[in-house]
Amino acid sequence: MRAYKPKDDVQAKAYYTDRYYVAPQVPKQDVDCDEVFAADLEAIKAKFEVKDAYIQVEQMVIYINPHDIYGVLELMRDELEYTQLSEMSAIDWLAKDNTFEIFYQMLSMTKRKRIRVKYFIENGQAVDSVEKLFRSADWSEREMYDMFGIEANGHPFMKRILMPYDWQGHPLLKTYPLEGDEFAAWYEVDKIYGKEARDIIGPELRDTARVDRYDSERFARLGFEVPKGTEITDDMEPTVQEYQEDGGVFLIRKVDKESSKVIDDPQR
Amino acid sequence: MAQHKVNYTQDGGLPVALTSIDKIVNWGRSNSLWALTYGLACCGIEMMASGASRFDFDRYGTIFRASPRQADVMIVAGTLTKKHAEFIKRLYDQMTEPRWVISMGSCANTGGMFNTYATVQGADRIIPVDLYLPGCAPRPETLQYGVMLLQKKIRANKAGNAQKAKRLM
Ligand code: SF4
Repeated sequence: MRAYKPKDDVQAKAYYTDRYYVAPQVPKQDVDCDEVFAADLEAIKAKFEVKDAYIQVEQMVIYINPHDIYGVLELMRDELEYTQLSEMSAIDWLAKDNTFEIFYQMLSMTKRKRIRVKYFIENGQAVDSVEKLFRSADWSEREMYDMFGIEANGHPFMKRILMPYDWQGHPLLKTYPLEGDEFAAWYEVDKIYGKEARDIIGPELRDTARVDRYDSERFARLGFEVPKGTEITDDMEPTVQEYQEDGGVFLIRKVDKESSKVIDDPQR
Repeated sequence: MAQHKVNYTQDGGLPVALTSIDKIVNWGRSNSLWALTYGLACCGIEMMASGASRFDFDRYGTIFRASPRQADVMIVAGTLTKKHAEFIKRLYDQMTEPRWVISMGSCANTGGMFNTYATVQGADRIIPVDLYLPGCAPRPETLQYGVMLLQKKIRANKAGNAQKAKRLM
């Protein structure tokens, strides 16, 4: 049996503490071992600087310079038949070396291959928008801005997409607390009722494991339901909860449990 | 010729039933609870199932309306996000009094499993709630039982007095 651990503060502590854990890598292969990828890489290398390239899980990963991204994707779309941008976003490495890693996942339906194009940018730097090349980048870049605060130069509508426009903070940063900061905690109260209402409505109750049978404001004990706010003592009579009043209602027959038939055979 | 056996002089000679105004008004209110379709997440599916033929909400006079101005009860079925909070308040304000609110499922009750920055930790932080249904998601039977409890609550009130305005603050 597991040793007993007190569970009153189970929500207070993060169960997982290593925030910058890096997963072990699967083996990388040389690009030469795949003809299609090798040819693609040659074509890209002829025009742009490629810092690193390898094959991992049957997909080629290449690292380029940030300012080349529009050109590389245009080349891949128009000449190398990588006609779909299936996903793009960023990875937060701010704690390690103050950079973001940006990735673009490309798919070729004709070659049945995927290439991931990557580069690093400094914190605070903007990226070049590829929305003119791929419409799918429109929302992806807005999401990247919303979640990480990385702006895309040349994007037609650089606004938040998931969070409200007046939100503060970028939730997918590793420094952003999961349960929200001060602004997030009071967002809806401040917006609807104003800051004065904070005292009346009170802070959020975040402990989902909390149960208090003596608190009739927030909890109802099954079989012992009382009106909200009633003082609860230990020697209370069970309340029989029936959904109809005694004597029935005008024009409606009262259900009589004794005379009703319970069908407990599902195959009847 | 048919052999009727009707005593027309019974009950003072008129086909009437005697009752009080309270009773008849509350009877009307409680048995035509039109609900605002408010499916916000997975609980909305169970709410739809309650309205469909297998569970058949129409039996209780509960018909889903797509406009808050025609609805008596708002069934908050699902995860209320902070972005959506202002709209639930606006829709609640647009409902005509008397109005009631059922909070359906853990998410609407307490935020549920979404202990995150983007979820309102309980719909009652925004609007006053009459009934909380536990479950994730509650079965359609739970919702129907909840509506029956709400009917009971309505019938227990005096109909004559205008409903006390329910405000969070
Ligand atoms: S309570 Fe459960 S079923 Fe209902 S909306 Fe939340 S997660 Fe979905």
